[in-house]
Amino acid sequence: MKPINTMKLILESRSVNESYARAAVSAFAAQLDPTVEEISDIKTAVSEAVTNCIVHAYRDMPGKIYITCEIYENGLFRTKIRDCGCGISDVKKAMEPLFTTAGEERAGLGFAVMESFSDKLRVRSAFGKGTTVTLEKHISGR
Amino acid sequence: MSVTISTQDDAAVAYLTGEIDHHTAAIIRADIDEVIEKQRPKMLIIDFSAVTFTDSSGIGLVLGRYKFMNAVGGKVRVTGLDSRMYKVMCLAGLDKLVALEKKEEKR
Repeated sequence: MKPINTMKLILESRSVNESYARAAVSAFAAQLDPTVEEISDIKTAVSEAVTNCIVHAYRDMPGKIYITCEIYENGLFRTKIRDCGCGISDVKKAMEPLFTTAGEERAGLGFAVMESFSDKLRVRSAFGKGTTVTLEKHISGR
Repeated sequence: MSVTISTQDDAAVAYLTGEIDHHTAAIIRADIDEVIEKQRPKMLIIDFSAVTFTDSSGIGLVLGRYKFMNAVGGKVRVTGLDSRMYKVMCLAGLDKLVALEKKEEKR
């Protein structure tokens, strides 16, 4: 199945860009005429993924975050958030709720939130090379 | 994003406005912690009524302030949550640590 529309975005891994990333992705998804709830779900999931790139993948060092969005005819919205950071040695462990390596100000809920606000979440990571998070959501529309 | 903190007697109320993410949470945290440090309130109320977006950074923010207040012998109350934020905070088990209050929603 080929997407009917795509969008690509490259951002620097600065925390100030988090709001831009989720706004850009949700603005692109808006053409599917999503509900307010669906837009909030997308914003929240993207915010978590981008935060992970900044906090974990690049550990607050400069790096690039690559975001791809695809829209399919059946109302499927897919977004990929990729970094070339440190990678995750144990993806299963990283995805456990409350697990965090970032200290007590992080709740350890990033992946749990992504999971609960999307229909499908896929995480591919190569240790030392980077991580790609793929989020899918079916937009039923208003 | 902005945070306004007012103190009265033994309580401090932090009114949060706008979007809370990892970036803005750091600023909010610094402002609230300064007040806790200086005034040592017995009760910290964090009001989310004017918050338009939050991801898990909002949970980290509340959890961190709970730990700080707990260490100085105070309590935390969170008010003005919409049903979505309330759900996520319960999911994280925050309801077992602090008092969570929903805002009245217009239907």
